[in-house]
Amino acid sequence: MIKILKYSFYDLMRSRWSYVYFIFYLLLGFVLLFLNNEISKAVITLMNVIIVLVPLIGTIFGVMYFYNSREFTELLLAQPIKRTSIFLGQFLGVASSLTLSLVLGLGIPFMMYGLFRSNAIWDFSLLLVTGAFLTFIFTALAFNIALSNENKIKGFGYAVLLWLFLAVIYDGFFLMSLILLEEYPLDTFSLVASMLNPIDLSRTLILLKLDISALLGYTGAVFKKFFGTDYGLSISIVILFLWTILPILSLKFKASKKDF
Amino acid sequence: MIQVKNVYKKFGKNQVLSGLDLSINGGGIFAVLGPNGSGKTTLIKSILGMVIPDKGDILVQENLIKNKWKYRKDINYLPQIANFPGNLKVKELMAMIMDLRQKPGDGKNLIERFSLEPHLHKKLATLSGGTKQKVNIVLAFMFDSQLLVLDEPTTGLDPNALIQLKELLRKEKEQGKTILITSHILQFVEEMADEVIYLLEGKIYFKGSIADLKKKTNQDNFEHAIAAIASQTHD
Repeated sequence: MIKILKYSFYDLMRSRWSYVYFIFYLLLGFVLLFLNNEISKAVITLMNVIIVLVPLIGTIFGVMYFYNSREFTELLLAQPIKRTSIFLGQFLGVASSLTLSLVLGLGIPFMMYGLFRSNAIWDFSLLLVTGAFLTFIFTALAFNIALSNENKIKGFGYAVLLWLFLAVIYDGFFLMSLILLEEYPLDTFSLVASMLNPIDLSRTLILLKLDISALLGYTGAVFKKFFGTDYGLSISIVILFLWTILPILSLKFKASKKDF
Repeated sequence: MIQVKNVYKKFGKNQVLSGLDLSINGGGIFAVLGPNGSGKTTLIKSILGMVIPDKGDILVQENLIKNKWKYRKDINYLPQIANFPGNLKVKELMAMIMDLRQKPGDGKNLIERFSLEPHLHKKLATLSGGTKQKVNIVLAFMFDSQLLVLDEPTTGLDPNALIQLKELLRKEKEQGKTILITSHILQFVEEMADEVIYLLEGKIYFKGSIADLKKKTNQDNFEHAIAAIASQTHD
């Protein structure tokens, strides 16, 4: 598996898109710092971008890489290599190169701006960690979609729909149900509902860490009571882990059944 | 060497292999023939573990291959369509496959044989179809394995390369290897194959030497014998 990972990673490092992604974050970091003039404020703006953009890029890149490397996959399948290592290796290659672009692209400008002397360092680290989680989660989901759909157009379509659903539509349903079920106690419901969507979960986690839970409105207090504690924080991290591991397991399962 | 027992495979509504039994023992060149869509490639891919049969068992060197991968160390495979990652150079690809297989490979002689030196530093995406097929052949013959599986090896080869391929096959055969070939070029099959396996509608319709086939169909020409099988079954 390590060898496949190495070759996938090497392959991606030669591709133009990794650099485009890296430079995008680099520019974003510099521009935000220039406009905000303060690290902690830049971190908040950055959160809004990361929460939406990282899943999108993870999804698109995952699907694109999977379809583009079909030939490579077929070549590997005839070699004495375990099937699951091929797919896990490729997945880890994509996810880790995307994470690297994210961490370096944002890390460099913030470091140059004096991140280590600032007290926003923990907020910033949490931001990068959630960004990494989101990359792994959405790349794994994208690989699942691509593996189940022979047709590229369909695969792309489903992947973008998935992103749209989790990033935008889910919130809409969530709010609607809060309004409709106003008369009932909704603490547990809203907690569970935000756990079921990795994007929501990451957003909540960061907002609470940044201590601006007022932005969360209605359920803010409940969330703060829950996520603010060590217990709540560990639960959220565990759920993010689950969100990463479940699609990977399903990827393993799907890969061992598929015909090429 | 290879035992295929009662294998079924369906793609969607299309039943490709239906209760196929095949046993290949000992060395020699075995040609798998059959009309388009008769399941030749599916059979080969099932043996390689790329296609997973719905039912039935496949044994390679006395071992069940289901969910296994180590047995592929002893198989060299030449895919039908030479699809390679386009942004790799020929040399890098060869080094990569050697690294992945963890086996010493003799690429040098083969590169000379197919005069591929001028292409070694070119990216695979820029090569012509025939040259890609030559690279494909080099990769398949580079390693010393007991079983060779070649899916349409002659596609796109120029006459000189074809002669080289035949020579290569004879050499491998002399070493007692088992070679499984699919081909539509009957002249090539007649010249090379020790045994013919004729697939039809997902089953083995005929297995035996070319002489047996001619006798069975009352034809003295191989091409006509094959055509006779096809027409017999259409009646």
